[in-house]
Amino acid sequence: MNTLVKHRLFWPVAMLVALLLSNLAFTPSFFSVEVRDGHLYGSLIDIVRFGAPLIMVALGMTLVIATGGIDLSVGSVVAICGALACWRISEQGDQNSVAGVLVAVALALGLALLLGAWNGFLVAVVGIQPIIATLILMVAGRGLAQLITDGQIITVNSSPYKLIGGGYLFTVPFAILVALAVTALAVLLTRRTALGMLIESVGGNAEASRLAGIHSRRITLMAYIVAGLCAGIAGLMISSNVSSADGNNAGLWYELDAILAVVIGGTSLAGGRFSIAGTVVGALLIQTLTTTIYTTGIPPETTLLFKALVVTVVCLVQSPAFRAKVFKGRRRRPSAPPAGPAAATTEKVEVPA
Amino acid sequence: MTTFAEVRSRLAGTRQRRYLPLYATLALLALMYGSGVVQYEAFSDPQVVLNVFIDNGFLLVVAVGMTFVILTGGIDLSVGAVVALTTMVSATLLEGQGWPAFAVLPLVLLMGATLGFGMGCIIHYFEIQPFIVTLAGMFLARGLCYTIGTSSITIDEPFWTTMAQSKVRFGDNFISPSVVIALVVVLVAAYVLAFTRLGRNTYAIGGNPRSAHLMGLPVARTRIGVYTISGFCSALGGVLLSFYMLSGNSLHAVGMELDAIAAVVIGGTLLTGGSGFVLGTVLGVLVLGIIQTLITFDGRLSSWWTKIVIGALLFAFILLQRLITPRKQ
Repeated sequence: MNTLVKHRLFWPVAMLVALLLSNLAFTPSFFSVEVRDGHLYGSLIDIVRFGAPLIMVALGMTLVIATGGIDLSVGSVVAICGALACWRISEQGDQNSVAGVLVAVALALGLALLLGAWNGFLVAVVGIQPIIATLILMVAGRGLAQLITDGQIITVNSSPYKLIGGGYLFTVPFAILVALAVTALAVLLTRRTALGMLIESVGGNAEASRLAGIHSRRITLMAYIVAGLCAGIAGLMISSNVSSADGNNAGLWYELDAILAVVIGGTSLAGGRFSIAGTVVGALLIQTLTTTIYTTGIPPETTLLFKALVVTVVCLVQSPAFRAKVFKGRRRRPSAPPAGPAAATTEKVEVPA
Repeated sequence: MTTFAEVRSRLAGTRQRRYLPLYATLALLALMYGSGVVQYEAFSDPQVVLNVFIDNGFLLVVAVGMTFVILTGGIDLSVGAVVALTTMVSATLLEGQGWPAFAVLPLVLLMGATLGFGMGCIIHYFEIQPFIVTLAGMFLARGLCYTIGTSSITIDEPFWTTMAQSKVRFGDNFISPSVVIALVVVLVAAYVLAFTRLGRNTYAIGGNPRSAHLMGLPVARTRIGVYTISGFCSALGGVLLSFYMLSGNSLHAVGMELDAIAAVVIGGTLLTGGSGFVLGTVLGVLVLGIIQTLITFDGRLSSWWTKIVIGALLFAFILLQRLITPRKQ
């Protein structure tokens, strides 16, 4: 039991389960999943489907944060890629042509790679602080997205493009399959090869890993490129789901949600150790929180308040200074009230993930 | 990369490197203003410059607060949300509850300062990175805005409308009372940074927090102080924005934190802290304002070019900062 509680995924998973269960009180049919018209339906499926873009962005963010950086530009990249793909599709004569959609997708993802490489270049080669380096693209990126859409909302009517974010393949929503595939690939690459360890070592101490013979610049550059690509895929999913591209609002505040997901998942913002499974749980947790707020009838305007609360609590629990102060105080105090088994259990519960 | 390192070591060695970004900003400003005057006849009217102040008075106040935070090597992402919260709370209290202006003003200013104080305490005592704490503060403030209301609230309280409509005239030209308030804030901030103990401590912490601590400087008080100042300035900026807009709206000032950071960086304050001037920030705000004015005068370019140009300038100035800062060992 103790090892279970101490596992670093225990608290995120416990919070996720608690949130899901609390939904049951309001919607008894919450956990039912059914096949209708050959498509999977159900609240759980919806959570994963709408959470898929966030999972993608958060995956890329995990790698960047693991190298000790941060990528604030993902929201803008989401907007740019959605805008470019929709613009390309709206320009072609037959919007339903599969080849045309593939070209649009390839163009958008190519641009995402390029934007990621730009961030990586600024951080790894020029040596600008990551927050600031990616801030540039965050500011200018919204302008770029507006430039592509010409300040309008581009609407497309293309069934092959609709598949990416809103379609189904083998009865499962296609977005879920994409998210699954990318997650599996990320786990495979980072945990079955030395790549994960190299990233962690760069995040732990970039200079030391360079001296140990690791191309730390190359690893950092790669992390930002992957983050850009992931944000690009998320941008395609989001714009395809609503069949339109909005340069101003697509992916707005996505960077914050992604950082939140990564932090909840137990990856330290200081860099070093990272957990891809944790990030996925964190992203699902945020999506469940949003869904719960909608289904329980709490005004959706308060979502941000809840998020603020969650960020603060998670960061406090992660902070060594906070733990030292609070737990030192806790140990001093029990002398006053009779210390019994109750005190021991609280001690156990308070152990952070 | 040898050339990059060479240029940097040469620049880093010069005495004047502290002022270099300031000169660069000044030159840029002169260049932009000059090109405006050459291209458009109406641009040479002094009122054009005064309008830049009128349209950006609130940004100036917010950016001054941000300068303090960035000088200590921190960052405050919550400013835009605090500005919006201030306009929203003021509007609700004035219109919905019928509070008098003299009660609302101190209350909202105190609210901003308290928010900043709280964030400063968390940043200092629990050693959490400033950007994540202020990010949470941003969520909190925006969330409170949305909880108060999602629609825009118009203010027609007499004091507010007087502040919005009266003009401080000199000759043919005029500025709004908000600009006067903003300039007073700038002067006070410049005095505090240059001549008081708080100012010197701010620079010292930005230069090297560890040595500041070893020297016995009050690191805790100063660091919490700068976030409190930033919170106060955001609230004051919010009040000025509500004078300007005569409304409270939870969607006011979205992305203003980026404008404020851009103004501070373009104004030559080092993001690593320890070097910079309030005057630079004023120049930075002017640069942003002139860009907007130029794009408006041009008429052909759409407003989103502002963002792209600001991004490009941010890049150029950050690169310049990299060139003039000595490599940390």
